[in-house]
Amino acid sequence: MNKNTLFHPGLWLTLAVVALVGILPIPGQDAALREVSFTVLVAIVTAGSLNLLMGYTGYVSFGHVVFYGLGGYIGMYLLDSFGVSLPVAVLAGGAASALLAFLLGKGILKLRGAYFALVTIGVNEAVRTFVSTFEPFGAATGIELQFSVYKAYGGAAQALWLVYYMVVGLALFSVLASYFIKHSKFGLGLMTIREDEDAAEVIGIVTPDMKTLAFVASAILPGMMGVLFFFKNGNVEPGDAFRLGVSIETLVMIMLGGQGTVLGPVLGALGYQRLRGFLLTSPLFKNTQLVVAGILLLLIVLFIPAGAVGWLRQRFPWLRKVLA
Amino acid sequence: MSAILQVERVTKRFGGLQALTNISFTLETGQILGLIGPNGAGKTTLFNTLNGVYSPEEGHITFLGKNVTGHKPYELSRMGMARTHQIVRPLKDLTVRENVMTGACFGHENHNLTAAAHIADEIIDFVGIKANPSMLAGSLNVAQKKRLEMARALAAHPKLLLLDEVLAGLTPSEIDGMVTTIHEIRKQGITIIMIEHVMKAIMNVSDRLLVLDYGQQIAEGLPEEVVHNPRVIEAYLGDPNMARRLMEEG
Repeated sequence: MNKNTLFHPGLWLTLAVVALVGILPIPGQDAALREVSFTVLVAIVTAGSLNLLMGYTGYVSFGHVVFYGLGGYIGMYLLDSFGVSLPVAVLAGGAASALLAFLLGKGILKLRGAYFALVTIGVNEAVRTFVSTFEPFGAATGIELQFSVYKAYGGAAQALWLVYYMVVGLALFSVLASYFIKHSKFGLGLMTIREDEDAAEVIGIVTPDMKTLAFVASAILPGMMGVLFFFKNGNVEPGDAFRLGVSIETLVMIMLGGQGTVLGPVLGALGYQRLRGFLLTSPLFKNTQLVVAGILLLLIVLFIPAGAVGWLRQRFPWLRKVLA
Repeated sequence: MSAILQVERVTKRFGGLQALTNISFTLETGQILGLIGPNGAGKTTLFNTLNGVYSPEEGHITFLGKNVTGHKPYELSRMGMARTHQIVRPLKDLTVRENVMTGACFGHENHNLTAAAHIADEIIDFVGIKANPSMLAGSLNVAQKKRLEMARALAAHPKLLLLDEVLAGLTPSEIDGMVTTIHEIRKQGITIIMIEHVMKAIMNVSDRLLVLDYGQQIAEGLPEEVVHNPRVIEAYLGDPNMARRLMEEG
């Protein structure tokens, strides 16, 4: 790791954007603003994580929400049945998602392009169906936390702030992870696979191992985020945990901001969540936000496939020094 | 001298198509073997079989004393086999330097990024890529892409280099430059197998020639012997006078 990598303005710019979103509600302890920032930060983490697979490695996963849902379920189960502390549950959620990604990766990453994308949808549906009938996870009704769980954190109000601080921390960590992976040897390997997987093998990249590693890396933070989200929510059920629409929205965010860049998923998450907030509260669009997401995706793919940050980097090469 | 590569009765089929039949040869360390034959003779298929892209149905391949039949391309690359592709495969959205770095990072020597960047800059200079190394590889012209392909392979510091038509599509002066580069690569002790249609160049650089036709090995030996072999002339050139003409034209 050389100095230039560490002092790249793009890294600091991205961190500053995330920190700003994170800090905004803290001075005034504004709960409404906190909810807005919370949603954006969760999206930043899931988009940034999926970007490792989609933007760096070139594998599109439509069912990435499976890691968020599974992590959430594992964490909630441990919190509810074993009374573990929140940080332990969060780590366990991340570990469970990583394990699922590792096992899946060995099998399904042999597939390329549309076949891989299709199978990821199937995996999400299969896990959802399994969880819906799995008694220890409460089957179709899911898991509901006892109110007493929050007492350990000084009551529900305090617990919500604690969750929020952890989300801010994870969001900053996800930016650092995206950036340093991109500028590492691992990142160079992933991008070589994205550009030409057959050539990558000939160059000497052990593609099955490297792709599996990318899949695992992209699953950990969503798994951890799932635990925090459902802990804050108080309950988790199959329909909420494995919602395919969430995966599609994450894809839109990445495409909007610019796949394969560090800043792109952050801006995409911010932009898309603002738009979504507007759509949900507007009487005209409130039931059609996914339609808008679909149209947006179509327009981006047709006209600016590189996304906002990618487009700026192509159009104004000097911006490469500023935008990571 | 010892053998770096031994190929014994290698056969490759695609469904009913017999792409390679009983190919056998031994390559001594430090030599240049020229691989020639008409279009569709199986030259690139032989490369793909040697470096693990295809797995042969029959026969054995021994590289550096180890049986590598059916091994994956990345295993062979890590052992020290590098290759270029006939149809160039630049990593378009990565820079020229990053393209070459991949060879140093993931090939035979497994360098870290900093060391790989140094090697890349040296090799870019050595093969004569004039473009700015920070440019995206997709923006190079074909001749430069051919050199990039070679630079990426060389950055691994391979023991055996497979060159697939690196001279095709180049102007005569570019060919002379590339031939000089190939001689310099050989001076570094790298063994080379090259596929080429430019007869003058391949006669000039090869120690031995191997001729394929319809997946069959029809001749193997010193270049002078091979081009006067009647079977080669008949199968490959059709008309004996054509051989002389091609040699003169280069």
